Amino acid sequence: MHVTRGFTGRGRAGRDPRLPPGQYDARDDWPVLNAEPTPRLGTDRWTFTVEGLVARETTWTWDEIRSLPTSRYEGDIHCVTSWSKLGMTFTGVSVDVLLEAAVPDPAAAFVTAVSHTGYTTNLPLADVRYGKAWVVWEAQGSALTPEHGGPARLLVPHLYFWKSAKWVSGLRLSAEDEQGFWERNGYHDRGDPWREQRYQGDD
Amino acid sequence: MPGQGASVPVGVGRPGRWRIATVVDTRWETPRARTLRLDVGDLGGGVAFLAGQHVLLRLTAPDGYTAQRSYSIASAPSPAPAPSSPPATAVPGGSRVVELTVERLPGGEVSEFLCDEVRVGDELEVRGPIGRWFVWQGDEPVVCVGGGSGTVPLMAMLRQARAAGRPELVRLLVSARRPEDLYYAGELPGPEVTVVWTREAPPGTTREPGRLRATDLAAVLGGQGDEGRTVFVCGSPPFCDAVTDLLAGLGVPATRVRVERFGPSG
Repeated sequence: MHVTRGFTGRGRAGRDPRLPPGQYDARDDWPVLNAEPTPRLGTDRWTFTVEGLVARETTWTWDEIRSLPTSRYEGDIHCVTSWSKLGMTFTGVSVDVLLEAAVPDPAAAFVTAVSHTGYTTNLPLADVRYGKAWVVWEAQGSALTPEHGGPARLLVPHLYFWKSAKWVSGLRLSAEDEQGFWERNGYHDRGDPWREQRYQGDD
Repeated sequence: MPGQGASVPVGVGRPGRWRIATVVDTRWETPRARTLRLDVGDLGGGVAFLAGQHVLLRLTAPDGYTAQRSYSIASAPSPAPAPSSPPATAVPGGSRVVELTVERLPGGEVSEFLCDEVRVGDELEVRGPIGRWFVWQGDEPVVCVGGGSGTVPLMAMLRQARAAGRPELVRLLVSARRPEDLYYAGELPGPEVTVVWTREAPPGTTREPGRLRATDLAAVLGGQGDEGRTVFVCGSPPFCDAVTDLLAGLGVPATRVRVERFGPSG
């Protein structure tokens, strides 16, 4: 530990136990970090596809995905750039519902989330199953805005937020882990905020 | 297209481990922004970075509480060492000294400390460099558009181009509210730099103060033969959205635009 001369850490007073190490509470701000311009995607041509190692490749239109049973996530999100937002509410469909329709092959162990912009991010399949991931179109009770990934984004709140691909267009299941955009650019393959898995090589 | 990623030499841009840097100089760029000049030391081997990258900076209280933030590097990378001369650092092309510019955010636990408390001789923990997308390799002609503190990583690009004797490679458009808010005011002027004032312009400025307009961007995008220039956009999220919408309106394909949005980070 290398103590910084003069630093006492005002922010620690009442530090919320929901904040992982190295994170701060962004409170009313919801910072936006994209590597590319924000696309304006109409819902008329929006689709979502589950493909790859599945028995039944399946594509939903906007109306079709909106007719699936909805579920909510209420909790925290954590960005690798060190902000967190606590007590967020998102509404959408559980990834479990989507996978159930497509029937994953037993050999599938990883998933690449793909966006309408070409953005990709890789995750272990286990991290998007059994109630841990959603495709969401509402945040805080309002339609998801384009800068936050609208009309719909992936939500994997237990991992750093770059895994929650904005403008998501589908999931591609595979047997091998294939690095996505930020992962090829030095970020961690899994990205668990509680273990501070920010960069390639972090434990 | 982001899916294709940036091509960055292996070994550059790896964040590595935390290391100790010593503050060797400080200066105020504006009443609300302070530059810290950090020496990462011989043992650190220098930092091999690319213009556009940032570092993490970590503060630790006596009881172990830590706070960390990202800050863009404002200084230019060192030129690659000539084969005949011994490198100044243990890392080829590495820089022993890096400069960060910190915007002082009221109530910001880290930025207020860095602006108000830190003095020459203090030791700070840094990790980096980070980022392999919003980076300039130093040889391709580019257009840079920065708002406020978003000027910082673009300044590294301008400084690098000038130091290499190729200032024409970087065309920089800066948006600032008023004269006292302009970063690097003494160093910016040059034929490759345009400053647009949004609230209040210095005497003699012909353009009426106001938000960045399509005509401002069109002027720096240039005409014939400039279609291929990559455009780097950096600033607050609203600034970046406004600029990328204007660029789209001017027919610049999204694949040519790289954006770095500075969220609030106290």
